[in-house]
Amino acid sequence: MFRIVNKKELNSSVTLLEIEAPFVAKKAKAGQFIIFRVDDYSERVPLTIADYDREKGTVTIIFQKVGLSTNLLASKEVGDTIRDFVGPLGIATEYEGYKKVAVVGGGVGCAIAYPQAKALHELGVAVDVIAGFRNKDIVILEEEMKAVADNYYLMTDDGTKGEKGFVTDKLKALIEGGNQYDAVIAIGPIPMMKFVSLTTKPFGIKTIVSLNPIMIDGTGMCGGCRVTVGGKIKFACVDGPDFDGHEVDFDELMNRNSIYKEQEAEMAKTHICRMDKLAKELIH
Amino acid sequence: MANMSLEKIRMPEQAPDVRNKNFEEVALGYTKEMAMEEATRCLNCKHKPCVSGCPVNVRIPEFIAEIAKGDFMAAYKILTSTNALPAVCGRVCPQESQCESKCVRGIKGEPVAIGRLERFVADWYMANCDEMPEKPVQNGKKVAVIGSGPSSLTCASDLAKAGYAVTVFEAFHTAGGVLVYGIPEFRLPKAIVQKEIDKLAAMGVEVMTNMVIGKVLSIDEIIEDMGFDAVFIGTGAGLPSFMNIPGEALVGVYSANEYLTRINLMKAYLPDYDTPLRKSKAVAVVGGGNVAMDAARCAKRMGAEKVYIVYRRSEKEMPARLEEVHHAKEEGIEFHLLRNPVKILDDGKGQVCGIECLKMELGEPDASGRRSPVPIEGSNYVIDVDTVVMSIGTSPNPLIRSTTQGLEANRKGCLVVNEETNQTTREGVYAGGDAVTGAATVILAMGAGKKAAAAIDEYLKNK
Ligand SMILES: Cc1cc2nc3c(=O)[nH]c(=O)nc-3n(C[C@H](O)[C@H](O)[C@H](O)COP(=O)(O)OP(=O)(O)OC[C@H]3O[C@@H](n4cnc5c(N)ncnc54)[C@H](O)[C@@H]3O)c2cc1C
Ligand SMILES: Cc1cc2nc3c(=O)[nH]c(=O)nc-3n(C[C@H](O)[C@H](O)[C@H](O)COP(=O)(O)OP(=O)(O)OC[C@H]3O[C@@H](n4cnc5c(N)ncnc54)[C@H](O)[C@@H]3O)c2cc1C
Ligand code: SF4
Ligand code: SF4
Ligand code: FES
Ligand SMILES: [Mg+2]
Repeated sequence: MFRIVNKKELNSSVTLLEIEAPFVAKKAKAGQFIIFRVDDYSERVPLTIADYDREKGTVTIIFQKVGLSTNLLASKEVGDTIRDFVGPLGIATEYEGYKKVAVVGGGVGCAIAYPQAKALHELGVAVDVIAGFRNKDIVILEEEMKAVADNYYLMTDDGTKGEKGFVTDKLKALIEGGNQYDAVIAIGPIPMMKFVSLTTKPFGIKTIVSLNPIMIDGTGMCGGCRVTVGGKIKFACVDGPDFDGHEVDFDELMNRNSIYKEQEAEMAKTHICRMDKLAKELIH
Repeated sequence: MANMSLEKIRMPEQAPDVRNKNFEEVALGYTKEMAMEEATRCLNCKHKPCVSGCPVNVRIPEFIAEIAKGDFMAAYKILTSTNALPAVCGRVCPQESQCESKCVRGIKGEPVAIGRLERFVADWYMANCDEMPEKPVQNGKKVAVIGSGPSSLTCASDLAKAGYAVTVFEAFHTAGGVLVYGIPEFRLPKAIVQKEIDKLAAMGVEVMTNMVIGKVLSIDEIIEDMGFDAVFIGTGAGLPSFMNIPGEALVGVYSANEYLTRINLMKAYLPDYDTPLRKSKAVAVVGGGNVAMDAARCAKRMGAEKVYIVYRRSEKEMPARLEEVHHAKEEGIEFHLLRNPVKILDDGKGQVCGIECLKMELGEPDASGRRSPVPIEGSNYVIDVDTVVMSIGTSPNPLIRSTTQGLEANRKGCLVVNEETNQTTREGVYAGGDAVTGAATVILAMGAGKKAAAAIDEYLKNK
């Protein structure tokens, strides 16, 4: 059992939890992830390690409530425990030889991009952060990002905060404006990562994306997380989750991620009953 | 006077068209009377050919003689003197190629039903005298066991009995290895495996789940920082292979590992669980081993109307247990033998709508004497399916060997060990089971765990 020691609602749909997991905290690195299970009936769900505290033995995750499992997790309070929490999984991001990097985050992807921006900043790399959101209500981690970024650009689709436009508009402008990036790190919805990769390709800038296929074990034993990169099958949980954005087959990933769309929608509807049942179990 | 019936006493089973809709056990087990009668078919042969067919040399005629007398307790003691998991082995050993293949009664007629008798004794014991073992006196030394499949469970059990403080590190959220994530409930009830794990706990073995060794801890950290005196690696061969044919990335293509894990470990067949699984109407399972049979039979039980086995050789070459092939056929699984998939078809929306196969014929025998299949040019045809399960083999996961200095593996990724001791190329680090042999059997994995436990005991006594 893993105990929740801190909880923050970052916006109406994004939650931060700090969880006691000393073994994971001891080894965690930026770019790695965990897999959690809320209770004995739950599925296994991956989330990026947003932060960790080796001394306290805690790991922080930041996640968007999108369906059954993430809602169930968000329903837990400080002091509650969750059944399973395994990690750190995946290969940590490598930052060799960078002088200047653009970190592009889309929506909750900013939560995943943040530890990378922070790690780069701590290594003395110049970091430009471009953060994109649909509107002002869902902006997260603004202060945290500013603290580690040399330049922070906030973009919203509707212009209710920061500049109106897409992250790709800003990225293109910065590159064309003469910024020499050794790499671009893009984390967010699949279409965003695809378009960032398309934007950087003509400039030949190395572009790293963090892929989010459906996972089970996270150790290379199910193959469910397979993605095509450079024409070859890769298992994102052990070969990634970071890959070269210019080589990734994003359309395939998009398609594969839709496998349980109907069932997930169904489950999201019934999740209310599930929560009721859980509440009853707690009372008994 | 021995019972000279040419046939085994039949095992009661759920009817095929009933059982292919539920996950309860298919074979129901012998009654006392059936077991005692079958036991009288054993001739108590002097040279005991059957014993040499068993990888752990179960004292077969001796335990069967006790069954014939009705002393099941005595039978259990004899059985468990060499086999720690008789309830498992009685159910899943490929008896027809092991113990029973050497039985003299099999020369004319069917061999003695050694597996069924073994299962009977184990089940009888569980139902009647199930006491938990006590915690043995501790000798002050610690051993880490990585993985919790049959090799690890056997190794941990023997070491705990010898007084070692044993910690099992398992990557998944539940211990048991393939016995819980691969082999379905209808073939091996999970309660049986859990009971074995409870016994380990009673002996003081600590089981830590959610620990992916190579990630959260390295072998070196286990030894140096955590103070373990020896390590056993029983991490199996869980890395799935794909065929590298067009269409394998379509929605609806699973590895058998994923398919079976969702169903067995994560209980997609029970409504209370959150695990999603594709609702399939027609499923093709590619392969001919136990894994393929299990996947096909699970697909049927999950509601698929049509389930096909697609296998590139003929039935004779199928590595699956005879009983499973037989059961699968009874349950309505259709076999496309001597067929090789060349392509998985897209319905235009990124989902599977068929599998294109090529007919094969058996060619000249090769060096090993096996006639290998050769494709018949232009014989392509399509089977309409919405789901494909790839069950064409697995290999050891590189996670541990790639994070441990000095741990040698062969070309296939299998850990290299000393055959006498099962020690790896690192002192104090032992390995066994599928991690060493590649995908094999439960009983071989158990044998390796046992051998390694004895060698670890020897090593630590002298250290
Ligand atoms: C390596 C990795 C890191 C991730 N990090 C974060 C993070 O830090 N914050 C965050 O908000 N989200 C993260 N995700 C995505 C997160 O796992 C999904 O949002 C979550 O699984 C949704 O589950 P659900 O039951 O709540 O929703 P559902 O309604 O069941 O699913 C919604 C969508 O999530 C995806 N999904 C469903 N099940 C899984 C699964 N088992 N594994 C992966 N994706 C799945 C599918 O695309 C699906 O359509 C990450 C994914 C991966 C692979
Ligand atoms: C579907 C299926 C059906 C089968 N049917 C039969 C049958 O009928 N008869 C038969 O004799 N054999 C059968 N087999 C084969 C048999 O199950 C295996 O040979 C046997 O289980 C191997 O045992 P093992 O102890 O080596 O490893 P496994 O049972 O594979 O267990 C390995 C364990 O190690 C864990 N692990 C892996 N990596 C790590 C890590 N880095 N850190 C921590 N833990 C880790 C895994 O999660 C797993 O729990 C079948 C196999 C499958 C998949
Ligand atoms: S352990 Fe397996 S091979 Fe040995 S006697 Fe029992 S069933 Fe036969
Ligand atoms: S070979 Fe057959 S008949 Fe002879 S002892 Fe073994 S089981 Fe009995
Ligand atoms: S999640 Fe199973 S192989 Fe990656
Ligand atoms: Mg879900």
